[in-house]
Amino acid sequence: MNAISIAVALAYLLAAVGFVVALHLMNSPATARKGSRLSWIGMIVAVTAALISVIQNGTITTTGWIVLSVGGIGGGTVGLVMARRVKMTDVPQVVSIFNAVGGGAAALVAAGDFVRLVGGHDISSRIMIATVLDIIIGPVTFSGSLIAAGKLQGWISGRPVVFPGARLLTVALTVIGVGGACYLLAGNDSTPVLILVVCAALAFGVTMVMPIGGADMPVVVALLNSFTGIAVAIAGFVIDNGALIIGGALVGASGGILTLLMAKAMNRSILSVMIGGFGTGDGGAATGPAVVGAGAGVRSVSAADAAIQLAYASKVVIVPGYGLAAAQAQHEAAELAALLAEHARVFFAIHPVAGRMPGHMNVLLAEANVPYTDLKEMDAANLEFPTADVALVVGANDVTNPAARRPGNPVSGMPILNVDQANSVIVIKRSLGHGYAGIDNELYTDPKTGMLFSDAKAGLADIIAAVKALVAS
Amino acid sequence: MTTGLMSDIYLFVLAILVGYEVITKVPSTLHTPLMSASNAIHGIILIGAIVTASQARTTPGYVLAFLAAFFAGMNVMGGYSLTDRMLQMFRKRPVPAAHNGHPSEPEELS
Repeated sequence: MNAISIAVALAYLLAAVGFVVALHLMNSPATARKGSRLSWIGMIVAVTAALISVIQNGTITTTGWIVLSVGGIGGGTVGLVMARRVKMTDVPQVVSIFNAVGGGAAALVAAGDFVRLVGGHDISSRIMIATVLDIIIGPVTFSGSLIAAGKLQGWISGRPVVFPGARLLTVALTVIGVGGACYLLAGNDSTPVLILVVCAALAFGVTMVMPIGGADMPVVVALLNSFTGIAVAIAGFVIDNGALIIGGALVGASGGILTLLMAKAMNRSILSVMIGGFGTGDGGAATGPAVVGAGAGVRSVSAADAAIQLAYASKVVIVPGYGLAAAQAQHEAAELAALLAEHARVFFAIHPVAGRMPGHMNVLLAEANVPYTDLKEMDAANLEFPTADVALVVGANDVTNPAARRPGNPVSGMPILNVDQANSVIVIKRSLGHGYAGIDNELYTDPKTGMLFSDAKAGLADIIAAVKALVAS
Repeated sequence: MTTGLMSDIYLFVLAILVGYEVITKVPSTLHTPLMSASNAIHGIILIGAIVTASQARTTPGYVLAFLAAFFAGMNVMGGYSLTDRMLQMFRKRPVPAAHNGHPSEPEELS
């Protein structure tokens, strides 16, 4: 080992330390940005070291340099423009696209190594195993993430897409992929078989995500994120690079934890999410016998009534849900909170799956200038409901259903926000329609609940106007 | 090669454990930026693209290297820039004069 290769190895170590410390700093919004910058510095150090190492070895051709710089700068520019231009409501699909290209790159690196070695001396079984894993996981992540992005963007139906023979197709693709992989592992380094496996894996990614409903996307995006991490770590095994292994493993762990947290918060097992097809037409008929019939005992309120309650409350908790994100009403919610905060304690209670990806609601509200100190997580918020004068629920349904505390129904055991413990409750919702779980929400028939039937954005705007009129008079 | 493989496996397993410890402490408020930040970290695959480009000698090799470099570059630049954009919005107190595009309404005189 000469001085330069030692320096390069140390630079990789430095980068890995940077990534770990960066993730550690994300334990608080106050230090998170510093962490992100540290991670960026680690990335620059690692990439610079890799370039120095390549220059020192002198193996790269002129064409290689051109390919690398044009590709890297071109891709970098596209990524930069996408990241700068994306609206905060559309962040989930862009994160999904960046995830897709990461998985794709890992597969390409493994394939590149295979193409280089094929036909020459025997490829060691170690490299072969890693390569085969990567050309399966990478393409699955790539196409799966793109489909997820398409569903989030609305280009592909958010409903579970199931067609006759879909399961059979998935099985066939699995057989082709696994069979091809075994053929390669048996020592037959055949490029056509490699291509076949890649194609089967790409198709598998599509058939895997298509049947999954839009509401399950937070789980899927987290799971695919984890896959990409693993794919990158395996690429590290292929080219024997510790920085890739550590970086990939960190992401794999992060995605894995988020997947479990999301699945738990949605009361779904990961298996049931992956099997998919949930919610196909069973939404209307699922009313259980123990649940009050829709419309019975529901008290409707006007925006003016709601404004009076809110204007005279001294503690208000706002519960934003998917409906708020869908109606892009975060600015109205923030405006109302600021207005009420002039004479009351106001904060937001945020369920882990509110929004369209893990933690998305917090980003939307932060963008609308809500200070993060006013964004309370579920456990902290649940301590506050018993002393809240008014809980204002905007576009949240299943995550507020008290039925979750009882056994024997589809939301049993699901962690919920204890909105029903507030002194009074106002719910802004377009109709009494069912949430994802397909059951009536007992909160809506609670005597202390007033329903304001309206779109989230329009309803909030009406309340804001009414509160302003009250304060002015 | 066996020692190399074993130390790679050690690295992988230990890094997963470290990741688990560190990431369970991230509050759910920051889960979207966390996902974007970890997305950016797997942009480290750019090093893999550099290695692939340095070893390519054939047209298929160059095509694969180009695509790998393009994807990895997009991953790195997009990931870090989006993460930073999100995190800079998390503030303790809103900036008082930040009513861009929302002209403040004139005070009613009564």
